[in-house]
Amino acid sequence: MTAANNSTPGGTARDREPSEIELLLPWYAAGTLDPDETRQVEAALARDPELASRYEWVSAELAQETAIGDAAGAPSPGDARTLFAKIDALPARRTNPSAGLSARIAEFLTSLSPRTLAWSAAAAALVIMLQAGLLAGFVFQTKSQGGYQTASAPTTAPGEGSYVLIRFQPQATAADIASFLEANKLSIVSGPAGGQLFQVRVAPTKLSQADLTRIVNTLQNDKVVGFIAATN
Amino acid sequence: MQTTSDEVLIAKIANGDRLAMETLFARYRIPVFRFVKRMVRNETTAEDLNSDVFLDVWRQAGTFEGRSAVSTWIFAIARFKALNALQRRPTEELDEAKADTIADDTDDPEIALAKKDKAAVLRQCLLKLSAEHREIVNLVYYQHKSVEEVAGIVGIPEATVKTRMFYARKKLSELLAEQGIERGWP
Repeated sequence: MTAANNSTPGGTARDREPSEIELLLPWYAAGTLDPDETRQVEAALARDPELASRYEWVSAELAQETAIGDAAGAPSPGDARTLFAKIDALPARRTNPSAGLSARIAEFLTSLSPRTLAWSAAAAALVIMLQAGLLAGFVFQTKSQGGYQTASAPTTAPGEGSYVLIRFQPQATAADIASFLEANKLSIVSGPAGGQLFQVRVAPTKLSQADLTRIVNTLQNDKVVGFIAATN
Repeated sequence: MQTTSDEVLIAKIANGDRLAMETLFARYRIPVFRFVKRMVRNETTAEDLNSDVFLDVWRQAGTFEGRSAVSTWIFAIARFKALNALQRRPTEELDEAKADTIADDTDDPEIALAKKDKAAVLRQCLLKLSAEHREIVNLVYYQHKSVEEVAGIVGIPEATVKTRMFYARKKLSELLAEQGIERGWP
């Protein structure tokens, strides 16, 4: 069932009940659906342009909520000291021998868990991807700095520029990603954060919204890109 | 190097292992702080609550039964504390949300220009959502929690999680429409 099929006859668009697929769009954007649901949403997006159009808004919401979250900063550096002072002020508690045993058992089981091994492998793969991205970024920077510059030439301060959030397709190899970054003159500046999102710089200066949207639209057609949204 | 799982850390914390507590705290202090701050919209309150959350983790680690992920349990504690703080907060307090609204009502050229920027308007509208809506939006979009995890944190059925997120987005559409941006429905 497409989203459009859910329109109430004679009613406005605002009266319409959402389809199950439409309800899942935020989790699809965040990369937290299971593989079956992911495939269902992808199929629905491919056959329903109206749903795809709504998904663009979901992506924009995710990007802006990410910007809000990142801007929240971090607790002050002394927070650990404050916490442990509070812990120290608590009455001493008796240790539970069975808890110690369960901790050792849990640790042992974790060390054997295939899931943990799989995650470790995934983490290692991501490190390789990140290194590839940084390498590509370095290559680009090296190339772009090859021209003549006067001593007074303007420089771009760290943090300036235009950025997007990208989650790469799970099947994309490190080589695919490195090629993608180099071909599009991109550099990974941070990540992966939750949802395996990387912050990627697409330009050394702040682009207009229209230019950034054009770049996002171009990049999202690349086979290595699973999700992309502008963060400026 | 293998990372110690949250479950192992909790089991060690239950036995009074401070190093395990330090590790878990280092792992979650920033995401929990950002979630709480998004809820209470006040830096100082968020910092106090963050500390209280992990104090509860230390105290209650022995009662953790593993019915949900450790992160779900921690975020549920954080949410509970944030909601309590919101209920306690004096109504006259000028928080960041109200400051946002006031700033948004001005019509100086800079704000007017910002209103033309879809992303900036969307960000402003996200900041104006109710506590119930911004909590779920943050959990889904920023904390990357699955439907099941959000249900565990908020304490509602999974179907309600989906519809609550939908209604949060619908409210967002209404706020955008007030700013002259009509995106259809939701």
